[in-house]
Amino acid sequence: MDELIQLNRRELLRATRGILAGLVIPGSPLALIARGPSWAIELGALTSAEGAALLALARTIAPHDKLDDAAYAFVIQAIDAEASKDAKFLSMLKEGVTSLGPDFAKAPESARVAALKKLESSPFFQTMRQKTLQLLYATPLAYAYFGYEGEAFSKGGYLLRGFNNLRWLPEVPEQDSGPLPVRP
Amino acid sequence: MAHIDLHDETAVVIIGSGAGGGTLAHELTRRGIKVVLLEAGKRQSLETFSQVPGEAFGQLAWVDPRTQSGTWSVARDFPGLPVWHCKTVGGTTVHWTAACPRLQPWELRAKTTYSDVPGTSLIDWPIPYDELERYYEIAERRLGVTRRNGIPGLPASNNFKVMYAGAKKLGYKQVHTGHLAINPRVFDGRAFCIQQGFCVQGCKTGAKWSTLYTEIPRAEATGNLDLRVESTATHIEHGPDTRVNAVVYRDAQGREQHQKARAVCVAGNAIETARLLLLSSSAKFPQGLANSSGHVGRNYCHHVTGFVWGFFEQPVYPWRGATLAGVVEDEVINEPKRGFAGGYRMELVSLDLPSLPSVGLPYGWGRDFASLIENYRNMAGMFLNGEDLPRSENRITLDASVKDAFGLPVAHVHVDEHVNDESLRKHAQAQMTKLYEAVGAKRIVVGPAPPATHNMCTARMSANPRDGVANAWGQTHDVRNLFISDGSVLTTSGAANPTLTIVALALRQAEYIASEMKAGAI
Repeated sequence: MDELIQLNRRELLRATRGILAGLVIPGSPLALIARGPSWAIELGALTSAEGAALLALARTIAPHDKLDDAAYAFVIQAIDAEASKDAKFLSMLKEGVTSLGPDFAKAPESARVAALKKLESSPFFQTMRQKTLQLLYATPLAYAYFGYEGEAFSKGGYLLRGFNNLRWLPEVPEQDSGPLPVRP
Repeated sequence: MAHIDLHDETAVVIIGSGAGGGTLAHELTRRGIKVVLLEAGKRQSLETFSQVPGEAFGQLAWVDPRTQSGTWSVARDFPGLPVWHCKTVGGTTVHWTAACPRLQPWELRAKTTYSDVPGTSLIDWPIPYDELERYYEIAERRLGVTRRNGIPGLPASNNFKVMYAGAKKLGYKQVHTGHLAINPRVFDGRAFCIQQGFCVQGCKTGAKWSTLYTEIPRAEATGNLDLRVESTATHIEHGPDTRVNAVVYRDAQGREQHQKARAVCVAGNAIETARLLLLSSSAKFPQGLANSSGHVGRNYCHHVTGFVWGFFEQPVYPWRGATLAGVVEDEVINEPKRGFAGGYRMELVSLDLPSLPSVGLPYGWGRDFASLIENYRNMAGMFLNGEDLPRSENRITLDASVKDAFGLPVAHVHVDEHVNDESLRKHAQAQMTKLYEAVGAKRIVVGPAPPATHNMCTARMSANPRDGVANAWGQTHDVRNLFISDGSVLTTSGAANPTLTIVALALRQAEYIASEMKAGAI
């Protein structure tokens, strides 16, 4: 891990303010597509510490234990990109991170939840909640994790790929259903 | 496609190309009438529809600012987006889920049926049911509606199997895969449904009817249609005789244009139709064009809606299959013993993963909230669609402070829920909860009402000119050659998804306009 960060720092120092990095969880969706055992994402506006705090915040808002940190890092990357273009947004984030306290990223979940409950009505928290929900579940990693198959036009729809394969309830009688347009 | 000169005074100008405007454009042009069709949005196609949910929303939806107020939950849950309709050629028929129920005879006699409900502005429709029914039949044949005219239903999806089993356990009888304008087999040159579940992102096979690839290209083929995209109407002008004679609009480059007109038909969805009439005030019509009654923008109806989700031990894969292919119709009755006037449908629904947490689930975060999404594949979904009663103060007005890109006041949407709406919603949510309990749901979650997709009644038809904006043909009471051609014109909402009714009324209106033009009356 330290080596990876060192490497990335050397490579990215000039263009990058911070980085987020982590290990790939074995057996996770990311493990199937990752090229190595670790990943790293560059930040242009936020520092590494700020990124780590926001990542912990995103994970507290939407905790999915077996979902890689990398999925949450995509959220932080998108937020960082927006903050790079919007100074007001960046300062809200920075103030928000300060209000979380210096140990937020490393605190246990119960402490993070307690801290966020105090901030729940703040624009910072509400913005982070909204962005986390909008961005996290739109990532390919989340699709894979939740088993969501997404668009199906390119695969011929779900007509022959399980739209009616539920077997734990009775079939619907023909008069209330309808014929398949093709033979399965 | 025709090129119609800006100074041509013989063309009918239609504003909006959705279910009402697109259908009307086809019906007039095939009768030899020249039509300028102004559409604020861009033109997409089966090839260009994005299949990335967030992108598709940006591609199709009307996202220009609106403001809102009132006690309805949408004002709290979706402060920037009170309504969700389209801004694209084909209008809201591009993202609709194609449900085509008919209004019931007693729903048209709303005031008579429900009698005096305090705090409402109910009236009866000025059209007898058998008259509307004739046009429902034509519309159903045109759209290829399932379970009508020998067209079979769509095959049952997993999500519907859950709904069906639960509904039957509760004793419901009218439960089926719905009356949908979605092809179960090849029809009218359009493909059959391959159960993509991406109805809302634009149907890439064209199995779902949309004016984008049916009425509009047919209107273009007549040689009588001049479709102008990215053209936003900003003002309708009238002459000293009060007849309208021109539409001012901004073209794709933002330049102001001035199109002469023999008649004008407004079909911009109930929010923008009301806004445009209000923006078109003049010395003669200080309250807004065709608004001597004061009803323009008032009586706004949107249906009582909301999601109910059931979570099960075993997979459902709710995203697979046509989004709304299932309905329970037994509660579309007026039974005062239930504690409210009017009826409701339970309709099948699912949401894509990215939309579910923001649109479909009640506000939340943390472990419990995340656990719902963990169970996404084991989830079944339904949507409530009930009649909301018109209220005079539920209305569209011009916002005094927020302006659009052209410096014009945006629409402000105000809705206070009537106690009848609340009672209906409670009853429906209880029944939908029982339905999922009956099939062994381990958890049931009542979701929010999403931004309104059924926008109605803001320029309603009335027998008496004091009670509404338009007569039984959608012709405004005040201005003989000004017509309302979208959901604004519905007198009341009933419990039926509105598109089929909008199409039926547009078909009927086209006959009327053509005969009035022939007679020289307009």
